[in-house]
Amino acid sequence: MAMTRDRALDTTRLRQDFPILGREVNGHRLVYLDSAGSAQKPRQVLDAMDDFYRRSYANVHRGAYTLANEASEALESAREKVAHFIGAGSPNEVIFTKNATEAMNLVVNSWGRANLRDGDVVVLTVLEHHANIVPWQILADQIEIELRWVPLDHQGHLDLTALDELVDGAKVVSFSAMSNVLGTLTPVRRIADAARAAGAMVMVDACQFVPHNPTDVAELGADFIAFSAHKMCGPTGIGALWGREAMLDAMPPFLGGGSMISDVRLDGFTPAPLPHKFEAGTPPIAEAVGFGAAVDYLSALGMDSVRRHEVELTSYALRTLTERFGDQIAISGPSEPAERGGVFSLAYRDLHPHDISQVLDERAVCIRAGHHCAKPLMRYMGVGATARASVYVYNDESDIDALSEGLEAAGEFFAF
Amino acid sequence: MPGLEDLYREIILDHYRNPRNRGELPTPPAHRFEGFNPLCGDEILVYVDLEDGVVSDVRIGGQGCSISQSSASMMSAAVKGKTVAEVRDLTTAFKGMMSIHETQLEGTDEEGEPPPDSGSDIALGDLEALRGVVKFPVRIKCATLSWNTLAQGLDELAADEST
Ligand SMILES: Cc1ncc(COP(=O)(O)O)c(C=O)c1O
Repeated sequence: MAMTRDRALDTTRLRQDFPILGREVNGHRLVYLDSAGSAQKPRQVLDAMDDFYRRSYANVHRGAYTLANEASEALESAREKVAHFIGAGSPNEVIFTKNATEAMNLVVNSWGRANLRDGDVVVLTVLEHHANIVPWQILADQIEIELRWVPLDHQGHLDLTALDELVDGAKVVSFSAMSNVLGTLTPVRRIADAARAAGAMVMVDACQFVPHNPTDVAELGADFIAFSAHKMCGPTGIGALWGREAMLDAMPPFLGGGSMISDVRLDGFTPAPLPHKFEAGTPPIAEAVGFGAAVDYLSALGMDSVRRHEVELTSYALRTLTERFGDQIAISGPSEPAERGGVFSLAYRDLHPHDISQVLDERAVCIRAGHHCAKPLMRYMGVGATARASVYVYNDESDIDALSEGLEAAGEFFAF
Repeated sequence: MPGLEDLYREIILDHYRNPRNRGELPTPPAHRFEGFNPLCGDEILVYVDLEDGVVSDVRIGGQGCSISQSSASMMSAAVKGKTVAEVRDLTTAFKGMMSIHETQLEGTDEEGEPPPDSGSDIALGDLEALRGVVKFPVRIKCATLSWNTLAQGLDELAADEST
């Protein structure tokens, strides 16, 4: 195992922060390689949520008593942390949602219904997660929008040769900043500039991007970005939509109910100002606290270091797996670590992904087998499923080695 | 803790390596039924020729893991030559064996023993090898995919004929 002196992250120390990594499964040390599915949580996040429930818990924005004030402050302070983490101009631009999926549904339903008419064009890419496909397809049942698809090249990059024609006349361009199957990092700024020049609204599914890369919304150039806390060491049940303040301001509410209004009369309602206009009902308060703690945790590591760590690990994985298995293994996506994140969809011999993951589970190596909520991409790749390993801050070379040994064992088990 | 050998019995691996009745049948006269496992994207195609209520021929297509493929292969061998009514009984017996609630998790593995709740003396034969799948709950859907596909297809045929 190659240990370089000057590592981006001290994973040995950092692993101590994640209680679950101390667990054994089937008598083996847990090797968690499904962070693209969901990331594990550090003690700092667990403690923040626990402390909040034990000390300050109450509903928010609804009472004048001390606990209610503390809870409201905790929620808004989490919003400020998340806003700062992605370089948002104001916390009002950060809407807390259930997850990235709900964030994108919010935009499709609110902005989409207000701005799209029969015949309008929405440009998506074939590598999208279902969360950035199905909401548009549901809308297409009601408004006759035309969906156009950006294709891929042979390495799993977006094929942008016809970008100008694709975005020409489009009202929306919505795409992922990083593929959860191929690992591909897409040229967000280039696409956003082309789309905005064509007069289109730009939404970026940043669900795999924000957890792994320094993010500056001004630099990305989009109008909206969506991401989930649970993929960045935060809890489930909360995600965020960032949008340009003027655009969010002009949009009608999505869900209606408590908290999102300034006034309700028998003949109508007046929505609350941002961000609460889009946060109907009791919000995920403790989850917001956990989200804020996750952002603090990642900021302390430094997102530049997080990215550098993953490039190191990606290089190691691509090199060692290819060296060991040669043409018995095919790893999807760009071969250049700088052009991708640490998500590896593997085809290994003719083993089915389910069978691979079953053998790996026996050794406590957790990988994902399936279509990864990207069935159009699976069809495009000509497969039904892939075996996907993905890394995060707490993974190191020994985890990749465990994957490698597990693959070897699976190969022997199913040898024909 | 159940081990890999509980899941991947030798007969299963044999059917996976040498699938029986793999291929297609011309439609018509054959019927083609299609099934998906939405969780993992596996896809199964079952072709059946029916003559006077008897499954005279069957072929399996599609893609899937060793469990779904071997279960489909075993099913194809088991249903060939049986009447539609017998196929239904066999399906019920098989799905009974695949039901977590009806099978003891620590159950014994004796060959040929009928599942406790099949309610009949239907012999499952080779299919008994799939009993261990119950210990791996996420794989149950793999094992039942081809059976559900066939049963649903036959139900739809019957419904079409009665209208
Ligand atoms: C690229 C991408 N988009 C969207 C999602 C949806 O995230 P969530 O299920 O948290 O809403 C995911 C997560 O699986 C993803 O990887």
